[in-house]
Amino acid sequence: MPNSLTESISLILSLDKDLIDITLLTLRITLSSLTLSIIIGLPIGTLLGLSRHIPARGFIMAFLYTGMGLPPVVVGLVVFILLSRSGPMGHLEWLFSPNAMILAQTIIALPIIVGLTMASTGSTHPSLPQQVTSLGATKLQTAITILSESKYGLLAAIAATYGRIVAEVGAVLLVGGNIETKTRVLTTAIVLETRKGAFGFALGLGLILLTITFVANIILLRFGNWNNDQR
Amino acid sequence: MTLFKLTRIIRTSIYCIGIILLGCQRNADPNNTLTLATTTSTENSGLLDHILPDFEQNFDSKIEVIAVGTGQAIALGKSGNADVLLVHAPDLENTFVNQGYGTKRYQVMYNDFIIVGPKSDPASIRGIKDASRAMTKIYKQNAPWASRGDESGTHMKENYLWSQVNITPKSADNWYYSLGQGMGATLQFANETDSYTLTDRATYLMQADILPYLTIMVGGDHIRNNLDQNLYNLYSIIPINPNKHQYINHDLALQFTNWFTSTNTQTHIANFGKEKLGQPIFYTFVR
Repeated sequence: MPNSLTESISLILSLDKDLIDITLLTLRITLSSLTLSIIIGLPIGTLLGLSRHIPARGFIMAFLYTGMGLPPVVVGLVVFILLSRSGPMGHLEWLFSPNAMILAQTIIALPIIVGLTMASTGSTHPSLPQQVTSLGATKLQTAITILSESKYGLLAAIAATYGRIVAEVGAVLLVGGNIETKTRVLTTAIVLETRKGAFGFALGLGLILLTITFVANIILLRFGNWNNDQR
Repeated sequence: MTLFKLTRIIRTSIYCIGIILLGCQRNADPNNTLTLATTTSTENSGLLDHILPDFEQNFDSKIEVIAVGTGQAIALGKSGNADVLLVHAPDLENTFVNQGYGTKRYQVMYNDFIIVGPKSDPASIRGIKDASRAMTKIYKQNAPWASRGDESGTHMKENYLWSQVNITPKSADNWYYSLGQGMGATLQFANETDSYTLTDRATYLMQADILPYLTIMVGGDHIRNNLDQNLYNLYSIIPINPNKHQYINHDLALQFTNWFTSTNTQTHIANFGKEKLGQPIFYTFVR
């Protein structure tokens, strides 16, 4: 164990090419999924959060909260079936490509973003939209005000989502195939290297994975504080 | 009232402790549990499910099977996390025993490797008898090739076959897919992506019905039609050396080895698969 640790640290410090490549691919895939899920999920979540009287709101919430706990392997399985050459989306030829991994991770991320956005925009003061509108704000300006009021909740939503997709292994292994230099990411590489008994390399990958999540959270927290200071 | 509260607290505590203890349930008697690290082919083919219950009954024991690639199984043996290995990479095995990690190597059964590929056969290798020659054509055509890439016995064999013709594929090559996964997952990948791959005949035969896009290219439809000596696939049992680590169940490992090489078990193995596939999946040395 101590040997593995020194080995892993020296691998990181020597900027081992395999480590770097796997890390870059991981960042590319997870950041794409995160961006996609924010673009799609934020407006939907805000809309749901602000429309307090839509029918079946309780049902939608139950549905979303279930989605927040979607097991990644189940998502991987369903995406695999969809993208398989005998499946309905086989013609895309996405299976075992980064696109497939981004699709699966976006599906995992969406309910979390939508659900937490809905919760945080929904917990702003009920009269806030009316107040802002009465000051002459357009619908878009109203929405922006609400979003900035629920900023902390939204940042927490993004951090939680990123933490979940960057640490996820089941879906990316199934639909990505763990192909070296093509679809191998930090989590799937850790599984393989541990099984091979290459504990030093595996531990190095693990340290990088932790660092990424840590840095992502720091950035998000800084972003939150920075806006605070401007007031 | 206070008494009532107290009994309630005690009762709740007992429930909680009970739930925690449920989670801590001890493993079965360690003296009667054998950890077998083996390759994915023996597990995926269904052989182990077929023969192991007989051992467990006769020796009143439990076998825990860890099915990974041979390289990974050997790593488990080295770190003392297995009692006995059933693997198929002779060179690795000899090194392992020579280094003192295993007590002895027992050759227990064999079958053969084949190359499968898409029915369209873009590299036109169907019917070539020599595996390395077929792989040279695949290389020249840059036809997609799926590699186990997990240091398994099959991966070692693949590397050996490439080395015979002085080809060193790189994982960055756009035609070479190094998966780091088991045989079943690799065959499924080849089926989905029209790739060629090297497989043991056992796993391919057992899964052929869910691999509609693949067919046998090199090695023929039966081991007797496989004319490439290099494709011979030998399985061995290696009990782990109990002097290297604590908690190695060496006695049971030796009993397992004796049982595996007994005429009765060897006959069972040789008959396995005959009914379903019309040919055995593994061949043994006992007549």
